Amino acid sequence: MNFLIGAFKPPCNISITFADGRTRKQVPFKKENGQTVMVPLFQSQENIVGEVVVEPTQGKKVEHTGIKIELLGQIELYFDRGNFYDFTSLVRELDIPGELYERKTYPFEFSTVEMPYESYNGVNVRLRYILKVTISRNYVSNIVEYQDFVVRNYSPLPSINNSIKMEVGIEDCLHIEFEYSKSKYHLKDVIIGKIYFLLVRIKIKNMELEIRRRESTGSGPNTYVETETLAKFELMDGAPVRGESIPIRLFLSPYELTPTYRNINNKFSVKYFLNLVLVDEEDRRYFKQQEITVYRLLENS
Amino acid sequence: MIADGVEDEEKWLAAGIAGLQQNAFYMHRALDSNNLRDALKYSAQMLSELRTSKLSPHKYYELYMRAFDELRKLELFFKEETRRGCSIIDLYELVQHAGNILPRLYLLCTVGSVYIKSKEAPAKDVLKDLVEMCRGIQHPVRGLFLRSYLSQVSRDKLPDIGSEYEGDADTVMDAVEFVLQNFTEMNKLWVRMQHQGPAREKEKREKGRSELRDLVGKNLHVLSQIEGVDLDMYKDTVLPRVLEQVVNCKDELAQFYLMDCIIQVFPDEYHLQTLEVLLGACPQLQPSVDIKTVLSRLMERLSNYAASSAEVLPEFLQVEAFSKLNNVIGKVIEAQVDMPIFGAVTLYSSLLTFTLHVHPDRLDYADQVLGACVKKLSSKGKLEDSRATKQIVALLSAPLEKYNDVVTALKLSNYHHVMEYLDNETNKIMATVIIQSIMKNNTRISTADKVEALFELITGLIKDLDGNHEEVDEDDFKEEQNSVARLIQMLHNDDPVEMYKIICTVRRQFMTGGPKRLPFTIPPLVFSSLKLVRRLQGQDEGQDENPFGDESLTTPKKIFQLLNQTIEVLSTVPAPELALQLYLQCAEAANDSDLEPVAYEFFTQAYILYEEEVSDSKAQVTALHLIIGTLRRMHVFGIENRDTLTHKATGYSAKLLKKPDQCRAVYSCAHLFWVDDQDNMKDGERVLICLKRALRIANAAQQMSNATRGSTGSVTLFVEILSKYLYFFEKGNPQVTAAAIQSLIELINTEMQSDSSTPDPAADAFFASTLRYIQFQKQKGGAIGERYEAIKM
Repeated sequence: MNFLIGAFKPPCNISITFADGRTRKQVPFKKENGQTVMVPLFQSQENIVGEVVVEPTQGKKVEHTGIKIELLGQIELYFDRGNFYDFTSLVRELDIPGELYERKTYPFEFSTVEMPYESYNGVNVRLRYILKVTISRNYVSNIVEYQDFVVRNYSPLPSINNSIKMEVGIEDCLHIEFEYSKSKYHLKDVIIGKIYFLLVRIKIKNMELEIRRRESTGSGPNTYVETETLAKFELMDGAPVRGESIPIRLFLSPYELTPTYRNINNKFSVKYFLNLVLVDEEDRRYFKQQEITVYRLLENS
Repeated sequence: MIADGVEDEEKWLAAGIAGLQQNAFYMHRALDSNNLRDALKYSAQMLSELRTSKLSPHKYYELYMRAFDELRKLELFFKEETRRGCSIIDLYELVQHAGNILPRLYLLCTVGSVYIKSKEAPAKDVLKDLVEMCRGIQHPVRGLFLRSYLSQVSRDKLPDIGSEYEGDADTVMDAVEFVLQNFTEMNKLWVRMQHQGPAREKEKREKGRSELRDLVGKNLHVLSQIEGVDLDMYKDTVLPRVLEQVVNCKDELAQFYLMDCIIQVFPDEYHLQTLEVLLGACPQLQPSVDIKTVLSRLMERLSNYAASSAEVLPEFLQVEAFSKLNNVIGKVIEAQVDMPIFGAVTLYSSLLTFTLHVHPDRLDYADQVLGACVKKLSSKGKLEDSRATKQIVALLSAPLEKYNDVVTALKLSNYHHVMEYLDNETNKIMATVIIQSIMKNNTRISTADKVEALFELITGLIKDLDGNHEEVDEDDFKEEQNSVARLIQMLHNDDPVEMYKIICTVRRQFMTGGPKRLPFTIPPLVFSSLKLVRRLQGQDEGQDENPFGDESLTTPKKIFQLLNQTIEVLSTVPAPELALQLYLQCAEAANDSDLEPVAYEFFTQAYILYEEEVSDSKAQVTALHLIIGTLRRMHVFGIENRDTLTHKATGYSAKLLKKPDQCRAVYSCAHLFWVDDQDNMKDGERVLICLKRALRIANAAQQMSNATRGSTGSVTLFVEILSKYLYFFEKGNPQVTAAAIQSLIELINTEMQSDSSTPDPAADAFFASTLRYIQFQKQKGGAIGERYEAIKM
């Protein structure tokens, strides 16, 4: 059987390694088949340096019409499956057409690559970065190897970060004032705030704060909006009376948040909302949603 | 329905416990394998059982206690975890990831406790954070238990003075602040409980609430245990803040309980020094609060404090405790219009007890209290409420018990005004109490003014009070009047002038008592007066002249005049026998005072009564013997007067109905003519006449008996006459001869042997011993023996 397997095996092995692969931070990455693997993490403007090793299978020669490596940034919309939209595409020729008999190593380098968007794996959309090595051949299909990597971009501390403060209510029924200390939060941030009850005429059972993610894809009539509730955090148990003020302290770190993405390449947006929900004894829900901006703060900064 | 409810609750509790135990089991496993993540997960699930709303506070407590035990284990685990290198700060954050608030906060408190112990952050910051975060629980029962848990775990970690958690940043002030805040929040939750849920279950809820009150009160206890809470801090911070909460919560149950709590947990000394503030809160409480109990307990405590040591008394004066209390009670009563009179009286009663303990020397205080009480009562009229009446009795008894001296109470001018508001029945009881106090303590009431005042107090016993006359139990009435009678003996002054005044006062009072009382009250009055007379006699002997000077009112004569009028009143009752006895007593006293006309007048009165009023034959016999006995002792009369009186007496004797009575009276009369120590009153002739007449009557009696019954009566009468003969014989009456005696003995012997005589062993014995006596006298020899020799037997 061995030779049979050998027959279908690609005629060569391609491996892509990064120059700083040992030291670079690796993050978990969920592959299409559901497996999670560790992949290196980059950010925009970084040099992506490494080498590609092509090793023909024992005793075989590989005839090719050229070897290239591409760095692709792709957006994949699930309703348009199979169509990748490349917003970034860089190519390096590694070899001129010829034949390969033995293992050969090709160093490559993409310098200060502009990678403005972060890797994202959403409900209806995926943004990913890959290194794609292609050994082009005549008559037979090209030999292709992919290497995923993740891009995350860090933002500085916002210079303006106002609190969110608002008074809302239903006339003669419920008046509350709530305050979140900031409008922009980094991923490991804590939401601090309070809810002040100005008027309570309904029998409230409890109150919770939800973190909701709204992912909208497409544009115009083809816009798809998907909203997920990532966190339900109970803030209050029981019915408050007028004058009570309830503290909020919600740590964001346990939740899998991404930064807010606004109109990524005109293809999609990801926004975050805090939804304050009051539930009365008849399980009616009163809520007020506020957008917050989530950003990625460089760790140890 | 209700039974179902209880059953359901049991079921829910059982389910809750089962869920809790199951998760606790997994938690233990996680703890054993040092799996922090699982430990947190299962502990949160375990604590989720506490989220139930279905249990009554009582059952919820059961569940809570189980969770509490588990949390202790978890706390130990957290402690170990930090020792193993897990950062406590991370841990503190980690537990806050829990989505449900109740488990989250229980865990937070648990970790917080470890956090403080680690001293990685100032205790005050952690405490402040915890107490703030707990606001998230607005459900009363769950919130109360959570905060109670917080209070429990933080108790030994407060930055108190001398505590290891005290530091530069942590002062005792922070500890106090923390406890106060927790207290305030708990109280708010507790108060709110009553408004939540359907109105028909209100009663049940209130019951549940009162079960929870100790959770709230515990905070005050914690406060009182903080070393650093000294008087200044208590005064400036603790008390004002607590009172603010108490006043503002506007809840009856809470206000009552918390006021009581404050009073009970903090030291007396603090109360004393902050009296004004504490009392200032009282009028601001809800009108329905049972403030009287609160104040009563406060005053009770202060009283005990005052009693504990004499050294603290100056403090009371310094802070003017009394006037402050008095003030606030006035205000409270004014503010609480609906307060039943019972409440007001209770307050006054407590205040009085307080002032008696603290200011025993300030009678004016006590009087002020009574005055205020009168003022309050005056708007209501007579008391109907039995509890209020009871309190008044307590109020009035307090000074008596304290001073053990009615005289002091008499100085309280408002005392009797208070009594006026009692119903008749209670008024009498109170009067009896007063009298008993006097008797028990042997209190002398020594001036007429005081007597006057005293009678004001016991007026219920002295005369009929207005209003309907209810049926009075005869025995009770007697008992009451007897005690009044006994009281007379306690009214005494060595100075006759004052004593006379006293008597006049008493008399005036008694005269109003009506015919039912007079027979009880007049005799002691008469005897008391006679006692005075005798004292005057004693003095007369010592001094030649009248000790009162010429204008003095107090002479025996005066007194006798008074007595005469006094006894006369008895005729209205009527009580002739009693009056007669009293006349005779007076006559005898007049005799001793050498006042012949007075004595004669008394006798005359006695005779008139005998003739006109004493109609019962038995009473006549008794009265007559009294007259004879008294008359015999009289030596003041001249011959003429005496003759008139003795003659009358003899006459009465002969007119008695029954022969034996006649006989006995007549032989008694014999004594009237023979008074041993008065030589001018020895009329042997008339003695003999009397004796002979007695003999005749005895004979007649025998014959009558023979005629009517067919047998002669006993010889007793003869033997009695024989005794009289012997008496006079012995005394040397020349008219009584041995021969006469001898013949009498023979007569008796004949009578006894007669066939028709009825055997009478008593008479036989009497006769035999009389004979023995004669024999004995004979053998004794001497002058009398010689005389007896003449009697042959």
